[in-house]
Amino acid sequence: MYLLNRIQRHRVNYTWMIVSLLLVASLPFLLFLGLYLKSFLLIHDYHLGDLLFSKVWKPGSGKFGFYPFIVGSIWVTLLAMFISAPISLLTAIYVTQYTQKRFLRIMHPAIDILAGIPSVVYGLWGILVIVPFISHFVGPLFGVQTLGYSILAAALVLSIMIIPFILNILIEIFRTIPVELKEASLSLGATQWQTVKSVLVKKALPGIIAAFGFGLARAFGETMAVLMVVGNVVKLPKSVFDPGYTLPALIANNYGEMLSIPKYESALMFAALVLLAVSLFFNLVMHFFIDRYNKFSA
Amino acid sequence: MVIATYSILAILALIIFSIFAKGIKALSWEILTQVPKGGYYYGKGGGILNAILGSLSLASGATFLAFIIGLPVALYINVFLIRQKKVVILIRFILDLVWGIPSIVYGAFGFSMMIFLGIQTSLLAGMLTVTLFILPIMIRSMDEILRTVPIGLSEAAYSLGSNKSELAFKIFTRQTVSGIITAILLSFGRAIGDAASVLFTAGYTDNLPNSLMEPVATLPLSIFFQLSSPVPAVQDRAYASALVLTIIILLVSLFSRGLGKRYHKTKINF
Repeated sequence: MYLLNRIQRHRVNYTWMIVSLLLVASLPFLLFLGLYLKSFLLIHDYHLGDLLFSKVWKPGSGKFGFYPFIVGSIWVTLLAMFISAPISLLTAIYVTQYTQKRFLRIMHPAIDILAGIPSVVYGLWGILVIVPFISHFVGPLFGVQTLGYSILAAALVLSIMIIPFILNILIEIFRTIPVELKEASLSLGATQWQTVKSVLVKKALPGIIAAFGFGLARAFGETMAVLMVVGNVVKLPKSVFDPGYTLPALIANNYGEMLSIPKYESALMFAALVLLAVSLFFNLVMHFFIDRYNKFSA
Repeated sequence: MVIATYSILAILALIIFSIFAKGIKALSWEILTQVPKGGYYYGKGGGILNAILGSLSLASGATFLAFIIGLPVALYINVFLIRQKKVVILIRFILDLVWGIPSIVYGAFGFSMMIFLGIQTSLLAGMLTVTLFILPIMIRSMDEILRTVPIGLSEAAYSLGSNKSELAFKIFTRQTVSGIITAILLSFGRAIGDAASVLFTAGYTDNLPNSLMEPVATLPLSIFFQLSSPVPAVQDRAYASALVLTIIILLVSLFSRGLGKRYHKTKINF
């Protein structure tokens, strides 16, 4: 029935497993190495500080200043976090502490669908709804002339994209808090809200910080949706109504032209390297927080 | 709190509603069943069949590859390394790190690999890049399911004389069919919706996909390109394409929920 006997099959399966495992485990190092080698041309010729903090971006004449893109990315990311963090925290508390289990069963598919919608569709929705909303409504409200394609638009779309992601982690964290803690607090006469505020949130704080951090890292690297609504103007943004440019959008927008100039290609790979480094760094730090949370709750 | 919760639900409803409302008007039989004809991007006839089939083939290829690499890794962690807790924690940690890497970085990496190996933008290159991108998702979600297999089941299998790989491939996989299928569908959904990683690597073409070495069109990119056209008729088609993509994603998610429930019965409970 089988071509090989048991022991041989075991060996084949074992090799298959080990090879796959090595491939997967080496993936981050491969990514880093590949991008580093590609951007070596640029790193070799320029000072790292100049690359990161110079404001002039003229690839044609060999000037690569990533500062506008980095600032744009930071603005968009922080603003998105500012919007989505309170919403997802409050929702997580409401869903886990104030409603019945049945409600969570409605909420879970909703979160899953939100998380599953592709970023291009979010971008399209941003162009359809958010951009006109900002140019016709929010802009005039603050007395600003704006096209709508702006940092704010990108941040709004982005915040909707990362809410399900943060929310999933937060719900998981609030559910693992032992129910005895809550009972003890309630039996001491604390109100529901006092319990949430000074027992649950305090207990879950490292986990909450980690959830926000993961969201931040995700938001920093988001490409298509941001690219479609942020405006893509290489300039330091002065207000949230100004158009901006983010690092991922820079890579995605210029992939066609970069082949003609080797340094240009190298510069885009450097941008990818920066993204990779930021993402790895954030995830590392946040894992530290998650570990602390797990240790305390164990 | 209540406002925050219901605003999320409201936004979901708003997104779905506006995509459907805009897309349904432009959706027609022609769009679904034809490839772009000459002058398509200036508003002439044709459809997005190239992108639909391209996306489906790219995503299923990538999911298949990721499954072939991912399943043994997930099994290895949970069967062979069950006693080395530290190694398992390290591997999970690496996987989580890799999961967090933005897809555009995979795209850039795939692009540089492509040049390094001397292949052009093609279905194959796109498939490999997307494979790397969905691999951590696939492994971690299988891993979460395999973790739940009770130790008693392993002990029973060992006592009947099975070796570790038999335990892994015959017992563990059967016990967790529903979870594995969910993991596959989840990865498939990710693979079909992602644009940033295929932007560099899969290219774009008006033809139907017919070879691994040729460029292939994908739905997200077709939405993106049609939307950046100044012609309103072409933009309308972008909305229709977005609707198609959203429907595919919704179907996949619905399907995985349904399957998950159905196979729940075969599970052995201790």
